[in-house]
Amino acid sequence: MSRIVGGIGTSHIPAIGLAMARKQSGDPYWRSFFEAYLPVRRWLESVRPTVAVVVYNDHGLNFFLDKMPTFAIGAAGEYRNADEGWGLPTLTPFPGAAALSWHLIERLAAADFDLTTCQEMLVDHGFVVPMQLLWPDAKTWPVRTIPIHVNTVQHPLPTPRRCLAFGRALGAAIESWPGDERVIVLGTGGLSHQLDGQRAGFINKPFDLFCLEKIVDEPELLANYSIRDLVELAGTQGPELVQWLIMRAALGPAVRKLESNYHVPISNTGSGMLLLEKAA
Amino acid sequence: MNDARPADIWGTTIFDGAAAQRGYALNKMCYSFNDAANRAAFLRDEEDYCRRFHLDAAQREAVRRRDVLAMIAAGGNIYYLAKLAGIFGLGVQDLGAQQTGRSVDEFRALLRAAGERT
Repeated sequence: MSRIVGGIGTSHIPAIGLAMARKQSGDPYWRSFFEAYLPVRRWLESVRPTVAVVVYNDHGLNFFLDKMPTFAIGAAGEYRNADEGWGLPTLTPFPGAAALSWHLIERLAAADFDLTTCQEMLVDHGFVVPMQLLWPDAKTWPVRTIPIHVNTVQHPLPTPRRCLAFGRALGAAIESWPGDERVIVLGTGGLSHQLDGQRAGFINKPFDLFCLEKIVDEPELLANYSIRDLVELAGTQGPELVQWLIMRAALGPAVRKLESNYHVPISNTGSGMLLLEKAA
Repeated sequence: MNDARPADIWGTTIFDGAAAQRGYALNKMCYSFNDAANRAAFLRDEEDYCRRFHLDAAQREAVRRRDVLAMIAAGGNIYYLAKLAGIFGLGVQDLGAQQTGRSVDEFRALLRAAGERT
């Protein structure tokens, strides 16, 4: 049977991808941010995952507002990124795991989560930047991937409580796959940031640190917030926290925190990182 | 902890169904800027490009003045507006500076100050 070996929460700010493309990761501004990922890469080398399920939000590459699914899942043999308008490089395509995707689609539908299924899907920086952070030197990607998109662009967004329940169902679906896979789940985005309006630049460090602490053993506490609460506390883009909640819930009730980091500001964002191992 | 409270958070617009309807033409134009050929076409003849996407008068004027807050008031979503800004080599810190009436250096200082809170 397949098992989930761990989960990683990480911000997915485009500036990170640009800094990597420009070989700036050793610069004073960036060094401690990138160094925090070194133990995560060592952990990946030790557990050797075969599949990464990447929970993120599309920001207007694959989905426009003409059709905006609340939850969508890739079911393709391969995923590519593409020009988003401001110069992130196009990378080696990401291999998919279509049979496992369809298994997840079946199991999730049976558990009352009806996803939009995508046999073609462009992946944007929300997916790509975390993959680059975890495997910066990879010529070919060492894992197959399954992208899961959550609408955090056009309100109404799914509630944190719904996302927690979705994550639990996702975890059960992954571990019911008879193939012998070692799966990691990535929850990307956040933490606090607001790009738009007169309150642009809003960052809430105390709330971000609270979320990084509570999501480990008390994710239900965070799931009690409304989306409106998260906008107020973490900025208009702060609701991306729901993607971390899906990751956390997929790991099941008990986890061990192996690594955690908070770096502020990266671009306009309070940037978080968390590595969790599933407790036996 | 419920969604029934009013969404009036200072300096903040919730991009909801009303905004998505109001801003559809503007956001659709900005979505087209994922394609480099479309960015070039906009630079060649901005007036014509905006007309092809049926921007209304308020949207057209906001784009002409490069006024981000006015674009948001006209239904623009920041993720799509960022693609328009990319044409001019501007990033989210440039947009933040303009929206908050600060210089880019002042805006960066605001972000750093947020990191120094305890």
